[in-house]
Amino acid sequence: MSSIAITDRHPTFAIDKLGVLIAVLAAVASFLPFAAFRANRIVLGEAKGIFAALPEWEAAVLAVVLAAGIGIALFRTPTVWRLATSLIVLALLFIAIGHAGTFLTPPGDRIARVSPGAGFWLLIFAFALLAADAIARLKLKPWTRLGVLGVVAVFFAVLLGSGTLNDLSILREYFNRGETFWREAQTHLALALGSLAAATVVGIPLGVLCHRNSRLRVPVLNVLNAVQTIPSIALFGLLIAPLAWVAANVPGASAVGISGIGAAPAMVALFAYSLLPVVANTVVGLEGVPYAADDAAKGMGMTDWQRLVTVQFPLAFPVILTGIRIVLVQNIGLATIAALIGGGGFGVFVFQGVGQTAMDLVLLGAVPTVALAFAAAVVLDAIVEMVSPRGVERED
Amino acid sequence: MIEIDALTKDYLELTVVDHVSLTVADGEIAVIVGTSGSGKTTLLRMINRLIEPTSGTVKIDGQDTRAVPAFELRRRIGYAIQGHGLFPHRTVGQNIATVPTLLGWDKQKIAARVDELLSLFQLEPAEFRDRLPSELSGGQQQRVGVARALAAEPRLLLMDEPFGALDPIIRAKAQSDLLAIQKRFGTTIVLVTHDMEEAIHLGSRIAVMDKGKLLQYAPPAEIIARPATPFVAELIGTGERPFRLLSLGKVRDLVEPGPAQGEPISADASLRDAYAECLWSGREVLPVIDADGKIIGRIRRDDIARRAERPQ
Repeated sequence: MSSIAITDRHPTFAIDKLGVLIAVLAAVASFLPFAAFRANRIVLGEAKGIFAALPEWEAAVLAVVLAAGIGIALFRTPTVWRLATSLIVLALLFIAIGHAGTFLTPPGDRIARVSPGAGFWLLIFAFALLAADAIARLKLKPWTRLGVLGVVAVFFAVLLGSGTLNDLSILREYFNRGETFWREAQTHLALALGSLAAATVVGIPLGVLCHRNSRLRVPVLNVLNAVQTIPSIALFGLLIAPLAWVAANVPGASAVGISGIGAAPAMVALFAYSLLPVVANTVVGLEGVPYAADDAAKGMGMTDWQRLVTVQFPLAFPVILTGIRIVLVQNIGLATIAALIGGGGFGVFVFQGVGQTAMDLVLLGAVPTVALAFAAAVVLDAIVEMVSPRGVERED
Repeated sequence: MIEIDALTKDYLELTVVDHVSLTVADGEIAVIVGTSGSGKTTLLRMINRLIEPTSGTVKIDGQDTRAVPAFELRRRIGYAIQGHGLFPHRTVGQNIATVPTLLGWDKQKIAARVDELLSLFQLEPAEFRDRLPSELSGGQQQRVGVARALAAEPRLLLMDEPFGALDPIIRAKAQSDLLAIQKRFGTTIVLVTHDMEEAIHLGSRIAVMDKGKLLQYAPPAEIIARPATPFVAELIGTGERPFRLLSLGKVRDLVEPGPAQGEPISADASLRDAYAECLWSGREVLPVIDADGKIIGRIRRDDIARRAERPQ
């Protein structure tokens, strides 16, 4: 009791363990190149530190803010401060990188490229870690977490809309292919969500069947496990031949969009990867239903269907939803590979960028993918928590 | 009335319940007692067809239980189990309303019944109706479990070790509550336990099972006085016999007029408690009071001791 009181009275002298890591990362990152300038899209870049990349006074402000941020991360400070600090630093970093773009690009130059350097990314990582840690420590309610996500989304919308970032190479790439970008975004979402929907519709009933019939469970889960181990590129490739055959030989198949390449095999592959988490979590969730509750339900005269709908499924639902969360995040990432077989999505930019050694174009595909996956994870985590019945203890 | 006739359950080579026949009259409490693996739970679960018998029949009020679909049969029979089996995601009120809802009672009738049962089990309806089971103590959860089993006013109640998870003090209270409620509704009860003490306390008849066979089915006094097999005698415990006999009788049975000194004993206490009090306080006679606290006579230690002798 007394030792707690002492640390409470002298909070500034206590070092935060995770804070050490964050502080070291951020300190090192501050001396790494903040931005890279290139005369054109594919030549090697010229590294610029914070003071070379920004007007003097802006660089000074950023340096001071970073130093303060490192201090607050390093010492044991109130968690709300840590969250506020991390969000302020992150916001400033994004504004600063936009300004660096404008500052480094010679006026009127449409060919020169400015992109974020290793230092910028590492700083983002360090302070994102601080933010994530603070949010976890605050044990925010699901709605509050969604609120934080909303604020972050609005911030980026305003930042992009204001044109602050327009001189960065990633946005240069975007302006070169505005329409394509949104079309691929739609395809990407359709692939990720469509395969998820299909996997849910098929996977949950399959999970229920596996739960009820133990002889079915082992082979089904083994097959789905085996599917998961096939490298994704291989699975996308393997599906070309059978689907091409179906398209050529089944009447009407090609009319509904089935072909060896394109969205159809991508959808099938993503669906196959999605099944295991959905089925496995359904089985695990149903197995976690307390035996006594299930027995009482049966003993009081519920039919199998009533028992499933009113007792088993509600109690298993949070676990099933966790499976759906895994699938959604996984699919948003995996859908990038669909571009390899002509399926579209953000992967189009990634593979074009790799082909042209234009890293900015790779980023144009990668950044929205990561942002989407991150947002999906936050939203679904919040939903899982909201639907978990209060007072239900379950051993996972 | 329940008539069980040559009821048998085989699992492959193993016979878990072996040609058990017994009859439970209306308003009786039949307690099935036995060690684990004796087949007592299997026998109970065959009554509401949670387990389908291999052979033999069960008739309830003359009707074969196989004449109706299993789920319909079960809605007519109350079912309470060890660890209560409450639905953790539903409120106390919703839990109790389970069977009435399945039967399609109208909302008002269900709400009234839920409140009636909560009051009956000494749980203030306004306070407990909307709580979740996890917010209740073990004893309260168990009471809700029994209330839920009684919700649709079943004439027959099956209980599988309903008090197994309770500590001794709450357990004794739960047992006397059950007896009071049984008296009030006249419900026929079949209860499974491994505890002979509980069987003697609750049962109007006790069925002793071992290795799937019914060894003896008789009122408690007869089980104690004339155990049918050495196993039954062992289950009762030879050293315990006189005291078990005493626990069946009430002080009221032996009251006689006359004065006595010291702390009085209730007429509704068991003879066993009265005897213990005599021994402990070193008295030959105890004053006896009725429920109103009025002295109605006395009880003599010698009379109690005579009741503990082996019946002829």
